[in-house]
This record gives sequence, C-alpha cells and structure tokens, in this order.
Amino acid sequence: MAHGLFRLATAGSVDDGKSTLVGRLLHDAKAILADSLDDIRRVSAERGFGGDEPALDLALVTDGLRAEREQGITIDVAYRYFTTPARSFILADCPGHVQYTRNTVTGASTADAAVVLVDARNGVVEQTRRHLGVLGLLRVPQVIVAVNKMDLAGWDRGVYEGIRADVEAVAVELGISALSVIPVSALDGDFVVDRGASAPWYTGPTLLELLETLPVVVEQHVPRLDVQLVIRPQGALQPGYDAEEFRDFRGYAGTVSGGSLRVGDAVQVLSAGRPYAASVKGLRSTTGPVEAAHVGDAVVVELDTDIDIARGDTIVAGELPEPVREFAAEVCLLSDVPVTPGQRVLIKHGAQVVQAKVEGIDHVLRVSDFSKHPADRLGLNDLGLVRLRTAVPLAVTDYRDSRAAGSFLLIDPQDGTTLAAGMIESDAGAAHGAAAGRGVPEHAAA
Amino acid sequence: MTVVASEVDSSTDVLDALEAESIHIIREVLAEFERPGLLFSGGKDSVVVLHLLAKAVAPARVPIPVVHVDTGHNFDEVIAFRDATVERYGLNLVVGSMQEYIDDGRLRENADGTRNRLQTRVLLDTIEQNKFDVVFGGARRDEDKARAKERILSLRDEFGGWDPRNQRPEVWSLYNGRHAAGWHVRAFPISNWTERDIWAYIERERIQLPPIYFAHEREVFEREGMIRAVTPVSQPNDDEPVLTRTVRYRTVGDASCTGAVLSEARTVPEVLDELALSTLTERGATRADDRISAAAMEDRKKEGYF
Repeated sequence: MAHGLFRLATAGSVDDGKSTLVGRLLHDAKAILADSLDDIRRVSAERGFGGDEPALDLALVTDGLRAEREQGITIDVAYRYFTTPARSFILADCPGHVQYTRNTVTGASTADAAVVLVDARNGVVEQTRRHLGVLGLLRVPQVIVAVNKMDLAGWDRGVYEGIRADVEAVAVELGISALSVIPVSALDGDFVVDRGASAPWYTGPTLLELLETLPVVVEQHVPRLDVQLVIRPQGALQPGYDAEEFRDFRGYAGTVSGGSLRVGDAVQVLSAGRPYAASVKGLRSTTGPVEAAHVGDAVVVELDTDIDIARGDTIVAGELPEPVREFAAEVCLLSDVPVTPGQRVLIKHGAQVVQAKVEGIDHVLRVSDFSKHPADRLGLNDLGLVRLRTAVPLAVTDYRDSRAAGSFLLIDPQDGTTLAAGMIESDAGAAHGAAAGRGVPEHAAA
Repeated sequence: MTVVASEVDSSTDVLDALEAESIHIIREVLAEFERPGLLFSGGKDSVVVLHLLAKAVAPARVPIPVVHVDTGHNFDEVIAFRDATVERYGLNLVVGSMQEYIDDGRLRENADGTRNRLQTRVLLDTIEQNKFDVVFGGARRDEDKARAKERILSLRDEFGGWDPRNQRPEVWSLYNGRHAAGWHVRAFPISNWTERDIWAYIERERIQLPPIYFAHEREVFEREGMIRAVTPVSQPNDDEPVLTRTVRYRTVGDASCTGAVLSEARTVPEVLDELALSTLTERGATRADDRISAAAMEDRKKEGYF
C-alpha cells in the first residue's frame, strides 16, 4: 500500500472561494508551470480582476471548461496533481452547487481526506452540514474545515473560535471523528501554504502542513479478492514465458481489497452463491511470483483445487461473510431516474453484476439535519435507506468495516445508467424497517 | 478494523499504487466489454498503457488489437517503433489511414496543412467499422484543463461526442461499463498519472520508446516560438532560417504541428532531471493544436477527439 500517494477531495458552497483555495494551494506549492500561469495572468487582466491592483484570479486554475470560465462557476469534478517533498497528491475538486451531493460523493468516495470550506462571514450554513453529513456517511477518514475569507472577517479570533465550536458540534452529531479546523484566506494566501502575518494567535498547522502529515488510513479487513478475470492462456503466452511451465496455468486476477493474502493460506471461494474451500498455491504480482500480496495490490492467484471459478467470485482468507440475498443500504441517487419500490435494477458489487429488486424504501434523509422521513421514491441527490433483494447471494460486508466490500452501484438494466452509489448497513437489513426509528446514524462510531 | 499507517514517502510507493489502479481498471474493461481496442500512437503514454495491458493479463498474450489513426504526417522513427512493438508483443494492428480519406475526397486538407483535428473523423469511422465498444487511450488528466474533467471510463454518444456537463459519476473503484446501443466508451487507465510519473515508470520498467524522445541533432526552424522539424510535411518559409539543433520531443504527434524542445537529455534519468527544471507544461511547450484557444482540447473532444 502506498503511503506516498494521498487522495484529497474538496467541498464547499458556491462562492465560498473553493476554486480560489485550490488555485492558491497549487500556486503557492509551485505546482503551476509558467505557461499556465501566463494564461491565468492574461485572462485575469482581460477581466480587470483585482481592479486597480491587477491580481491573479486563481479560480481559473481549476475552472477549465468554456462554460465554467464564461460563468465563473465550477461545473464538474476536476482532478489536479501536485507533489511536495513529502507526498504526491491527487486532488478531486468538487463543485458545491446544484448537483452537490452527487459531485461530493464522486470526489470523496476514494479520498484519504476532504477539505470543506466555510465562509468566515456566514459560519456553518445548511450546505456545510450537508457536506459534512455526506463525508461522514462516506466515512472519509479525515475532514479538514477551512474557515475561508478570514481577511474579510478582520482575522477576528472570536469569529474563528465560534465557527470552530459550531463545526465540532456538527461533526460529533454526524459521526466525524478526525476533524481539523484552520483559518485561511485563499485570496491572500495566509495559512494555505505560507503562514502570513495576519493571525499570530493561530499556532496550528497550515493547510499544506496538515495535508503532508495526516496519516493514511489503511483498511485491514478480512483478506479478500474479487475475481476480475480468469487468466488461462492455453498456449497463447506472452513472449518470454516458458510454454512448458505455463501449459496448464489457471490464475484468478483481481485487486486485494483487505488484509494480506499469502501463499499457503487456506481460503474460501464464494462461487455462484456457494462456498468452496481451497488454498493459495501461488501469487503473481506485476513483478512475478511473490509470497504475499497486500491491500491495493493487483495480483493473480493460483489455487490448489480445480473449482470452476469465474469473474465476480470472491476469494476470502479467513471467515467468509455470510452470503445474503437481502440487505439494507444507504444509497445516494446519482441520476435523475428515480428509485422506487418494486424496481428491477442491476447491482455492481466487487467484480460482479447481478440482478436485483428494490424491495422497499425505509426512509429518505433530510441532508441538512440528517433526520429521517418516510418516502415512496428517491430522486436525484437524495440519500436514503433501501432494502434490496438479489438474484444470487452476495458476500457483502458492512460499509463501516470495509469501504471496498461494503460499497456497490445500482445500475439501470436498460441503458446502463449509474442510478445510485450504495453503502451496506448490515444491522439495518435484518430489522425490516426498524432503522426508521433509529436516532443519529450509527456510523458515528469512531 | 482499520490501522493507521503514518510512514510517509518513497516515490516507488506512488508508482506501485498508480500501476495497481491502472491494472484494476484495465481488467474491468477487458472483462465487461465485448470488443476492446487500444489506441496506439507510438507515443510514451500509449506505450505505457500497452505495457500495463500486458501486465494485467500476464502470462497470457495481450488479447486485443492496437489501433493507429495514421494522419500520414508521422515521424519515420515512430512508425518503425510502432511496427517493431506490434511484432514484439505479437499484436494485431488496425490502421485508420487519413491519407486514404484525403485521396478519395472524404476529407479535405486544412488550409494550413495540419491534420490533427481531421483525425477525429477517421478515429470514429475506425471504431465503428471494427465494432469496438471500448477503446483504451493514454490520455492523462494533468495534460489539459478539459482532460482534468474527464472520467476514467468516458461515455461517448453515437457521434463519439463527449458531454462534459453530463458525465457518469465514478465512485470507489467500481467502474460501470454498460452503455446504450450505438454508444461506446473511451477508457483512460492512466488518468491519474503525471508526466513525471510516466517517465519514472519508463525508467523503472526499462520500457523502450521511439528515439525522438531523446536528444538528437535535427534540422529545424522556428515558427511562433516553437521549434519545428524540417520534414516533407513541415517546411520553413523563406524568412525562417534552417538551423541544426540538439533537440528532443516531449510528445509524439503530427510532424506538422508538434514542436521539439532544445535538450541534451539522452537517457531517461536525464529526461527526468530536465523535467524537474522545466517551467513549461508538456502540451503548452510542444503542441500547436492546443494553442488555438483556451478551450481547444474541450472543443475537439466534444466532436469525438480522443
């Protein structure tokens, strides 16, 4: 697992200055090359940005589409890359408006940390609660709240402390455990990369210092591999491989999504809903044979028995999750096609796509306060708890235990549209709608 | 159920993570689609994608054809490299020839003689004629503002067009390849790699490249601040003196619109050293086709460009 690569997502309401913050971070971290900077300087000047004292409109760094530049808004998630001596970063810059939930989910699902912007003049608003709620639900390991536009609040310590107290209270309510709150000015640059001299009272890290030192959280769930491809060359070998040695080669290719797999491990294979026992005869990584493979490694597994294993089957070292055909999940609607009870859908879980039916909707979450309300359908950007029934049993895991084995997509069987992103809640499934009576979401557990 | 790993660092870690992510994507695409192809220009990015494809299926042979959209404006060294690579991996090569389109009148030459934008038509026809439902490409998000916005699996409509305002969300590592009939998908497994990652990986894996990526002497002339090679398709005007310079290329494209950079870097480590000092982006330095407007790439992609 790579600790040198850090995935970061941003979230913020319109006009909180999120694009400017990202632009500032990249600019001050010297991640923008001269010709891009010239382009930004030219467009900023053409528009008279900064008035009498021409300045750089750093929002232009991320707003790359024609419509974004024309309207001064961010339309879709943009990915940016920068490297410091400490780390390489993949930054998903998520727009804050209109399709907020869908975009935040897209950018934050794989993030190691997320930065939420708050405008110092407005404090915690409904959008802040919404963003924090979604990040909590997605279990983003670290949340950073950047209190922006502190320059417009006179760098008043009381303003910052007040917002910090509010944010901490909301975070506790929404189940976010790892939280940092930083005062910044994206426009002037204070506490983004450089400290500046505006707020001697703030002794915490700058945004970049924090990003460079936050720990990477690695899930160590039961060792698991979802079979993506069965590799059986039958004589059609790449140059350099010995025909004799690989004559009967049969390997199962996939990415390790929890723990470590080792040669000699006893494993269980879930194939078409039935468990089989086997042991790991060999492991091949991208460099050749290895003794062990770890979370995130793309490998090929050889087993000692002749089970007929196909794409979508799951290999688990240790206890296999009880395969189930019915489960409950919190879903976020990503398309404008609604989800309704009785609907036929496809579920993509791990490397398999199976038929399923929406059995019922337990509730829709009001994202501003995460209160639960009855609903007979879920529409675009809605979050809600649904009960699903699948055609074949799935080895699902609670999302709280594994982001990889606990997540899935709902897909429209007709045109392939991705309808929703789902997070499995194993305890809600059994109790047939009992979840509607629960209080705050239990993913609060840290 | 989770542990915290606080050790930071090592660029090897970064390459391992990027490689694993790319192979995961490649395997998903190979499994979910009926007829994949790999867009292969002989440039460093498509060479790296081919290398990753081979790793994703090893020890089995690469199971899909490579597709070259041939503008007819190639560097000879790149075509020779393409053919040697096809031979070495034992691949099928599908060529969409723009020259044929121009010769029989299906396409008209641009006034300025550049063919980059015209290749979209040939690309779309080649995809349709070969019934590809997905083509892999070596595009990276760090290359361009519009590419920074594109998904790893990018849906294209029946005209091959990209709609940046209506993209399918991509969450976790779950890639959904399903699409409506007549549509196809462009798959970009190295979306998250930077130019520097590509070169570091080429060094680590000892991947071969066309020789024009390394410093060599060449007859060149300057136009609009860019160094152009003297070739049958790019000739200097009377007021553009021909000079002999030591140059290399950062991208491989049409000889008619790809610029060289002055360079003494003759090996991959020397290229990496040079990149660390460069103040110009890869495409800004060398691609005339991207200079037409701030949204040149976006506009071409909406038409079906890769």
